[in-house]
Amino acid sequence: MSFINYLSERPKLTQLGIVLIVFFILMSMTGLYHDLIVERHLFAKSVVKGEIQSSVGFAESMSMILNWQLPPQLVRIPELTFYHPVINTSATYVLIALLVTAGLLYKSFAESVNKSQWLRVNWFQIISKGFVGIIVGLLFIPTLYNWFFGEVTRSTFWEIPMMLQDFSQYLIFEFWQTPVYDPEIEDYEDYGRVRLFTRAIGATLLFLINLVRELLIGGFETVVSLANVFSDQSGWDWLNENKDKWYSSVPAIPWTVLTAGAFILGYKLQGVGLSILAGFGCIYLAVFGQWEPAMQTLSFVLVAAPVSVLFGVIWGVLAYKSRTVERVITPLLLVAQTFPHFAYLVPIIVFFGIGDHAGAVATIIFATPPMIRLTLLGLKRVSPEVLDAGRMSGCHNYQLMFKVLIPTARRDILIGVNQVIMQCLAMAVIASFIGAMGLGFNLLLALNQLRVGQALELGVCIVLIAVVLDKLSLAWANKQTDYFADLSFVERNKTALLFVAVFFAALLFAWFGNWMFADTAKGINYFYLIPHNKGITTEPFWQAGVDYMVSNWRADIKIFNKWLLVEVLMPMKASYLAMPAIATFVLTMGVGYIIGGIRSAIVVGSFMLFIALTPWWERALITMYMLTFAVIVSVFIGTIVGAICVQNKRATKFILLVCDTFQTFPSFIYLIPVIMLFGVTDTSVLIAVIVYAVIPPTRYTVEGLRNVPESLLDAADMSGATKLQRMFKIEFPLAFPHIMLGVNQCVVFALFMVIIGAFIGTEDLGQEIMQQLFSGGNIGSGLMLGFCVAFIGLAVDHLIQTWATKRRKLLGID
Amino acid sequence: MSDQQSVIKCDSVYKIFGKNAEKMLQNANGKVVAEEFQKAGCVVGVNNASFEVNKGEMLVVMGLSGSGKSTLLRCISRLTDATAGNIYIEGEDLTSMSDKELIELRRNKMGMVFQSFALLPHKTVLENIAFPLQVKGNSTKDSIQRAKDMVDLVGLTGRENYFPRQLSGGQQQRVGIARSLAVEPDIWFLDEPFSALDPLIRKEMQDEFLRLQGVLNKTILFVTHDFDEALRLADRIAIMKDGIIEQLDTPANIVLNPATEYVRKFTEDVPREKVLKIKSVMEPVGDEKDFSDLRVSEDAIIETVAEAVLADPKSVPVLNANDDIVGVVHSSKVIHVLFGENSTLESNA
Ligand SMILES: Nc1ncnc2c1ncn2[C@@H]1O[C@H](COP(=O)(O)OP(=O)(O)OP(=O)(O)O)[C@@H](O)[C@H]1O
Ligand SMILES: [Mg+2]
Repeated sequence: MSFINYLSERPKLTQLGIVLIVFFILMSMTGLYHDLIVERHLFAKSVVKGEIQSSVGFAESMSMILNWQLPPQLVRIPELTFYHPVINTSATYVLIALLVTAGLLYKSFAESVNKSQWLRVNWFQIISKGFVGIIVGLLFIPTLYNWFFGEVTRSTFWEIPMMLQDFSQYLIFEFWQTPVYDPEIEDYEDYGRVRLFTRAIGATLLFLINLVRELLIGGFETVVSLANVFSDQSGWDWLNENKDKWYSSVPAIPWTVLTAGAFILGYKLQGVGLSILAGFGCIYLAVFGQWEPAMQTLSFVLVAAPVSVLFGVIWGVLAYKSRTVERVITPLLLVAQTFPHFAYLVPIIVFFGIGDHAGAVATIIFATPPMIRLTLLGLKRVSPEVLDAGRMSGCHNYQLMFKVLIPTARRDILIGVNQVIMQCLAMAVIASFIGAMGLGFNLLLALNQLRVGQALELGVCIVLIAVVLDKLSLAWANKQTDYFADLSFVERNKTALLFVAVFFAALLFAWFGNWMFADTAKGINYFYLIPHNKGITTEPFWQAGVDYMVSNWRADIKIFNKWLLVEVLMPMKASYLAMPAIATFVLTMGVGYIIGGIRSAIVVGSFMLFIALTPWWERALITMYMLTFAVIVSVFIGTIVGAICVQNKRATKFILLVCDTFQTFPSFIYLIPVIMLFGVTDTSVLIAVIVYAVIPPTRYTVEGLRNVPESLLDAADMSGATKLQRMFKIEFPLAFPHIMLGVNQCVVFALFMVIIGAFIGTEDLGQEIMQQLFSGGNIGSGLMLGFCVAFIGLAVDHLIQTWATKRRKLLGID
Repeated sequence: MSDQQSVIKCDSVYKIFGKNAEKMLQNANGKVVAEEFQKAGCVVGVNNASFEVNKGEMLVVMGLSGSGKSTLLRCISRLTDATAGNIYIEGEDLTSMSDKELIELRRNKMGMVFQSFALLPHKTVLENIAFPLQVKGNSTKDSIQRAKDMVDLVGLTGRENYFPRQLSGGQQQRVGIARSLAVEPDIWFLDEPFSALDPLIRKEMQDEFLRLQGVLNKTILFVTHDFDEALRLADRIAIMKDGIIEQLDTPANIVLNPATEYVRKFTEDVPREKVLKIKSVMEPVGDEKDFSDLRVSEDAIIETVAEAVLADPKSVPVLNANDDIVGVVHSSKVIHVLFGENSTLESNA
């Protein structure tokens, strides 16, 4: 009896129990289909062969269920068609769609107070409800109908990738054509305007990147690259004609000059500390012989980052100004947060081709959303009084935005800039998949050759550039003017003058290098540029380390690896794959219901349904299995490490620093040692995922525990709690919502890495995306796969956010 | 005459928050009952406010939290648009002004101080104060020069290059005050400017404020929910409840003749001697000849002279501004004010 009482006091627990029981019951009811549901095509094949039926009627279903056997349509969502062949022409579905829409709209109309204004006030709602109505009526209801009563036929859903592909081809080549003169065939040819447009964007970006790049490492060829953007030959011709003029041999800026500049810039913007960081950063790049690729990457970032920041601020401001823009943008931002990078790349290749500009486009698309989000957040957080103060000072709208709102929201906007820079460098590697030059590309090469040391050095270069750029931009934004100093011209411009002086000094210095190094055998001017194979390197050291690990630990690791694979991972994977579809839905929607009621259940269910209807349900299950495992282990490690480190101030600081570094460190690097030790197995992927995904739970645990109000801790001490009691009774419960946000981030990070794990070799969604990428790309499949991954992330995100919000309200935090 | 003098004039001003506020107000025909509106999802901020403020006068608006004080202020500065009614600033209709005119008005005639200071966090003290001038388009040099003067005026000399976060609350509010005064406004709005400060600093800031007002003599709308503060500063006090101005009068009248039950309750605990001037307890000079040597001014607050008057067994003559004797006070009257009705009986007995 007391057990019943216990449960009745905890309805959520009871609900969870029921969901789990139902889930396991369903799990045990696959029976006949147990071996077939691992791969969808096996199931379909058996249907075609006539071995099994794709779906059975209602009465038969019932009798099957009574015999502890799920009917086929509940085990595996069949390949559905939206239009049932029999009633396809009868317009029933259109009617249903209209009815649903009308119902939704009528409800909204009946609830509104002011009927005459209804249309004007609710237009956005009306459109979105109409959309929902049509989707539900036209797609989901027939889908569900078919699910239970239909035949296995080729699903319309499965046609979507092809449709998207055709559509994009049409958009690029045939839509809205215009004749363009082609000098090759000396005639006009029809081009799609969309392609001309994307090409123009690509050319502009390429021009900017090359401009910066040639200044840094190319020299006078700049002019050529400028000219070449617009026509193919004239630049080179011109250069050939003027070959012996003095200016055609003007070289690029020597690294010594740039390094001196970095020292001065750092000093000017902030002081000695930044000066040293920036200067030695440059020296590192040069001395390790990475100057050239580093400058390539830098030129790429110097173009992509400002563009992202600009777009981000513009859209953030628009979203702040207009409710409509905000409502349209918010879901897009959510999706962008979890959309896998690789999936972006496919459409980009199709629209922009391959090269630095395509990489830049990918980077911009990827780096802009956080900027938008943070701009919007910052603007919204500006206190209304400050806004009023601005208005009372007589600002017009423009002044209000640029002199009051944006500067006041600056803290968040600067975090956004920091994010953009970090994202740009994180993308350096991924962008090199579609032809971006620089450190990322070299890193990829090093990875392919399994050269740990070199990859590590390259990784450090990337982190260095990120940190220096971040700090410089921060210092620049924080600079202030002194209105009191009555300075002379020289004093006011002393940095500029110093810069000019140093510029020429370093230039001379570099020039002298011509003689200094003239005697050495190779005749390389080290003051001008240190070629990549002439720098110092620590590679042998790292290589030796890895060799040592491989030779000494390999045997033990092999045993562990085998145990893990056989005892844990394989069974886990198998049980995920053996889930009948209906059981998955019961579990996810049930948890959704417990956390956020009907609404959450529907949201999560819709995400799952989308995935289930695509051809990649099994792949998604594999992704989910890796995700679950990695997240559980990461959260376990992260919270423990975080909780231990927070006990000590110095340890806290240290662990936060480690988190920051690891986050910028190109995630690919983790893969090498792991592959060498664990081979091409799921273990490798999972370890790499865990190393990366452990960062957020650690960080959020530290932050959450640190921010528990002092007064509560004192209260606990006063009531005589031991340290452990205090930890588990006070600190953890209060920090829990924040830690859960860390778990949320952990899922996003893990998802990101699981997809990248395709690089090692997995069988999940990531692999599929990778194949789309390398096979030239079907836009439709790429996007659909991207959405599958994004929806997994979003479903988890939705659940955790809903829970954390409720919990925080309950605890009265913020 | 009154049109010339009244700098601010409100004429049946309503402010109602909510979707269908305007329509509901039209239907209500001027009789707004807060509860009815609440049911329809509207919140009544200001309910039929009509009053005038004269040049150089300080009107203090009082009321409990949520009574609509800030909303009234925001209507008069048109930070929000009133739902109905007219507001005139120096005879010009505020509600029908274009954005451009409004900006002109704010740039030249209005200044506002905020409860939470509302300084721009990225600007130094000097830049914050110069901000309204720069917005106006003044040259940086002039603006900074003027801002320096303002810094001196509010006593922050030496902290010009500090950022707001490096200042104490009192100092931040000084910056807020200096900023609002930088454009030399004629009308000065202050929305609970001192309530975020601790009592000691608040007192100091009130003194400072009185000093400034002595020098500048602006037309002021001052919001507070601290009665002591109101008494110290006000020429007239408006008491608000649920958006309605319950009473608008001099401090003494509000305490002595509360117009409504609410005002009576509100002022119940206010120490009379802090409000009342000698004028209100003096009696006409009778046939008495035996005056004390002490003289008090008719405008003196009772509290400040009570001790001297009580120490004197004889009646004390009261002087007006021209040093003519206009009446006398008896210590019994002062006791009456100090200790209430019951004590009178005792002293009589
Ligand atoms: N933007 C708004 N939207 C809806 N209701 C509002 C808005 N601003 C104020 N209100 C409501 O109007 C009423 C009056 O608010 P107001 O801010 O004027 O009160 P107040 O007297 O200034 O209170 P306080 O002393 O706390 O500052 C309150 O009930 C408040 O909830
Ligand atoms: Mg207020």
